[in-house]
Amino acid sequence: MATITYREALNQALSEEMRRDESVFLMGEEVAEYDGAYKVSKGLLDEFGDRRVVDTPISELGFAGLGVGAAMVGLRPVIEFMTFNFAFLALDQILNSAAKMYYMSGGQIPVPMVFRGPTGAALQLSSQHSHACDTYYAHAPGLKLVRPATPADAKGLLKASIRDADPVIFMEGEMLYNLKGEVPDPDDGDFVIPLGVADLKHEGGDVSIITHGSTVHLALQAAKKLEKDGIHADVLDLRSLRPLDVDAILESVKKTNRAVYLEEGWPYVGIGAQIVATIQEEAFDHLDAPVLRVCQADVPMPYAKNLEQLAKPSVDRVIEACNRVLYRS
Amino acid sequence: MAETKTEKSKKAATGSKSEKSGVEDGLEGFSKEELHSFLKEMLLYRRFEEKAEEAYAIGKIGGFCHLHIGQEAVALGFIGPLRDDDYVFTSYRDHTQGLAKGLKPGPVMAELYGRDGGCSRGKGGSMHIFGAEEGFLGGHGIVGGQIPLAAGVGWAIRYREEDRVCLCYLGDAAVNQGAFHEALNMSAVWKLPVIYVVENNEYGMGTHFERVSALPVVERAKGTGVPAHSIDGQDVIATWRLMEELTEKARNGEGPQYVDARTYRFKGHSMSDPVHGVYRTKDEVEEKKKSEDPIVVLRDRLFDADLLSEDELDALDEQVVEIVDEAVEFADNSPFPEDEELYTHTYAEINEHGRLFFDGRDR
Repeated sequence: MATITYREALNQALSEEMRRDESVFLMGEEVAEYDGAYKVSKGLLDEFGDRRVVDTPISELGFAGLGVGAAMVGLRPVIEFMTFNFAFLALDQILNSAAKMYYMSGGQIPVPMVFRGPTGAALQLSSQHSHACDTYYAHAPGLKLVRPATPADAKGLLKASIRDADPVIFMEGEMLYNLKGEVPDPDDGDFVIPLGVADLKHEGGDVSIITHGSTVHLALQAAKKLEKDGIHADVLDLRSLRPLDVDAILESVKKTNRAVYLEEGWPYVGIGAQIVATIQEEAFDHLDAPVLRVCQADVPMPYAKNLEQLAKPSVDRVIEACNRVLYRS
Repeated sequence: MAETKTEKSKKAATGSKSEKSGVEDGLEGFSKEELHSFLKEMLLYRRFEEKAEEAYAIGKIGGFCHLHIGQEAVALGFIGPLRDDDYVFTSYRDHTQGLAKGLKPGPVMAELYGRDGGCSRGKGGSMHIFGAEEGFLGGHGIVGGQIPLAAGVGWAIRYREEDRVCLCYLGDAAVNQGAFHEALNMSAVWKLPVIYVVENNEYGMGTHFERVSALPVVERAKGTGVPAHSIDGQDVIATWRLMEELTEKARNGEGPQYVDARTYRFKGHSMSDPVHGVYRTKDEVEEKKKSEDPIVVLRDRLFDADLLSEDELDALDEQVVEIVDEAVEFADNSPFPEDEELYTHTYAEINEHGRLFFDGRDR
């Protein structure tokens, strides 16, 4: 094991996969000469050259579609968006081309590729750079959606995503890139985490805090505080939202009988809405309280520091929701 | 180099009679057999589409169905000179390009019928004809959506250092989409072997190109650095010759090319739309049918050159009618997809863990 940052873990995953498979290439804005806007691709241009590490014009729709076309004839593109906020320009190619190609060609043309980049809020980036974009992609059959929260998950899941036969949306977090964590040493063999397996990151028995992505860390802080209060929480990190580890959700809920869903995005038609629906459909008899959600306030992200803090999910709001499902005031 | 090309295209666009009819090229270099095969191919496309029209009218074909009648020379003239291992993309007016690239008429008709034997297994329909083996990469339903995809295939060709080319058709209305400008710019920057052919039939559905565009079609690639050409798309000989020239350049690493192929749609935008009335007059359509039918244009040239007799023409037509009848029979006999096929082909890889479908079928 080595302690590395989330950024370094992604970089390791990319370089290992590019060494392993000649058909993998990285394309996006500033990924080559600038080493990536968040330095995820540092050094890759030197190792792989400008054929496989490619700077693009600021044409999200264009280079997303170019990636899909290359995947249609068997390459495995990794398309980086500087942030998924900018990928809205490319939604047509992601939803209408990548997600539907295999189906509408009657199974003739798979699209093995990864779209990756950060999503959600950082610090005071205001409305157009703070959007948590998960739900748009989770909605569409044909796509897979992965949200790693730790360096190890980032590495293992990115490698699995690159090897997957379908288009995978791989969402990172701006505030996660500097996060350090233990990752198996590259010399100890190929480290791949299969999609669709949730990870119980903290074990309790009183309440399930289910979450994904950057908010995993909020949940862990909340669990720690609750512990002092004698409340033991499960923190279940879904890691991928499609495929979704429903068994792990049900297992935790059946144990605790109470659940809170925590996410960066807005509540209305958010990921949490789906998770709540799944829990009530499949574990109704095990619930001792309604499932609550902690989300971003239902407004565009404000710039002012105090308002931004109010808008984002917080440890306090998670604790409050846990207390409510436990009927503690 | 781009400027020279544009100059050349400008001349063609303003069009002296000889350039427009392609007479100055003559028929040299083509054997009688080849010329007959051109006529036969275009007749096949025409009869195929006429049959689709009939089948639509009696409810055998559903949804949107866009016919290519009147634009046959654009299909043959640009796809004909390609190699089998080259690639083709197009928009939703895609049946005849599929045939031109080697798809069998039976599976294409069966696709229109929504049958299991369809080239896309009945899941794509009229707008999504696919033939991966034939290098026919679809029928795409969003105006301009196929343009970046074609650039991507060009990218893959260059990445693998192959000498294939990719042909990408688009309608004239697609040049007003952002995807067009983004994809052509990248194609020029990276010298991708893609030939973009605008099927300029003057109308985006019911809106004349000039009503919504400040510059003519041929000018629209200028800002991207892709060399532009203009051609009479009703003249299969002229388009064939131009395409031979352009594919050679693309194969030799000279990068992308752009063609304004002037053509005309003899039918409505789709089967749900009127042929004329709201946006163009009956006289306009009739005049075009009389003077610019690509099949008549070729037929008359062959008559004039004593390369075709009435009997030979009739024989060719009989042959294609038989092929189309067989295609209809194939489609009629092909079963509807089984219910289980609803879920297949959503994902190429069903992951070992986790749930991929959320409509309750897993429970």
